[in-house]
Amino acid sequence: MNIGVLALQGDFAEHIAMLKRIGAEGVEVRLPKHLDGLHGLIIPGGESTTIGKLAVAYDLMEPLRAFANERAVWGTCAGAIFLSKDARREQPLLRVMDITVERNAFGAQVDSFEADLEIAELKQATGTTHPYHAVFIRAPIIESVSGEARVLSSLPDGRIVAAQEGHLLATSFHPELTQDTRFHEYFLSLVS
Amino acid sequence: MEQQTGTFAVKKGLAQMLKGGVIMDVVTAEHAKIAEDAGACAVMALERVPADIRAQGGVARMSDPELILRIKESVSIPVMAKCRIGHFVEAQILESLKVDYIDESEVLTPADEEHHILKHNFTVPFVCGCRNLGEALRRIGEGAAMMRTKGEAGTGDVVEAVRHARTVMGEIRQIQNMPKEELMAYAKNIGAPYELVLETAELGRMPVVNFAAGGIATPADAALMMQLGVDGVFVGSGIFKSGDPAKRAAAIVKATTHFRDAGILAEVSKNLGEPMVGLNVSQMPEGEKIAGRGW
Repeated sequence: MNIGVLALQGDFAEHIAMLKRIGAEGVEVRLPKHLDGLHGLIIPGGESTTIGKLAVAYDLMEPLRAFANERAVWGTCAGAIFLSKDARREQPLLRVMDITVERNAFGAQVDSFEADLEIAELKQATGTTHPYHAVFIRAPIIESVSGEARVLSSLPDGRIVAAQEGHLLATSFHPELTQDTRFHEYFLSLVS
Repeated sequence: MEQQTGTFAVKKGLAQMLKGGVIMDVVTAEHAKIAEDAGACAVMALERVPADIRAQGGVARMSDPELILRIKESVSIPVMAKCRIGHFVEAQILESLKVDYIDESEVLTPADEEHHILKHNFTVPFVCGCRNLGEALRRIGEGAAMMRTKGEAGTGDVVEAVRHARTVMGEIRQIQNMPKEELMAYAKNIGAPYELVLETAELGRMPVVNFAAGGIATPADAALMMQLGVDGVFVGSGIFKSGDPAKRAAAIVKATTHFRDAGILAEVSKNLGEPMVGLNVSQMPEGEKIAGRGW
């Protein structure tokens, strides 16, 4: 299975390494032609403004929207912002997922954190019972979901940190920074 | 459910988010906006760019907190700031300002000629400079969560950045091919913590993100450093000492992403206006070089 990883800026190499561990091929995507023949796409963590500007500059916006209409796409952190319909500020967004996000919702880097999450779908899909240890870096939160989008995981205070809309997935944390491959396995189950 | 802040994974993680990007030196909020609009993945808030620190001389210190806060307010991307080598109180002040990363930098006048800051004591992450693997692993041993090869700041001459990147990459290739029993003596010889030498040999790369810095002035310079194997680039004086900073900044961002695509590199290198004038490092007296600061 060939999974594209948007390689404009950010931790795309970490996603490719995770995909390799679970037997999938990660392909770097920098130009529209690189989307050909891919079964799914991951938009990595990074700076969402940088990724957005480069996507506009190299005519990737429409090809990415068309891809997301048909195939599975997963955005982590900056990638989740890029998939959203609204990030409460002027910046290029794909607007393919019915979620509204707030950038840097937890504050500056000194407020970045790790925490365990209970994600029922993830445990069910992978046949495991232990919590998911998530890493949040200057993370956004998903303020609200609407339409077909639904909440996958929230913090104990109710703030939404993962959402799914059909074959589209958004997480405000970074599974690619951990050794736990369950989220990548879950994404592959949406691809096939 | 407990939330843990300031873990090494979280510190190192922010640097991983900056990969493939350009971190730009800025001295005003207006510069910071230009940098963000050009696609910078972070900015370094400073009172003077390295070229001016060089030209004006005197003691170079941490910037005015007021300036750093104004820059922080003007952009949504991470803001870094520099403290002097060993000046842990400047670092405490920068941490209280909630900057996203502290650069314990040789570009400022060192406050301690023997010891660096014990960076594990802080919640905010640190980036430090290196010229070789031993220096890099000593800094990581002290808690640095990101490295940058030093180059020679404020010159616009990429030769030292290339030297330092080649040295570090060469040493990593060397230890990857060494039998394990030789790594202890190697660690002793380069003055690096043994566990970090082992980890680097196993990973085949530095255990934290490593950017290039010091002398990068053109899109081609940025792509050169990327092809040599660094994770991203710092551009200091090269942008705001050039004729058209906004255009040059955007071109360097594009070159860092498309660093292997010569057609795109040619396209973004067109009509950039005057580059920074630059200083030839090979004709510079030893005493004027700043890369030697750091122990």
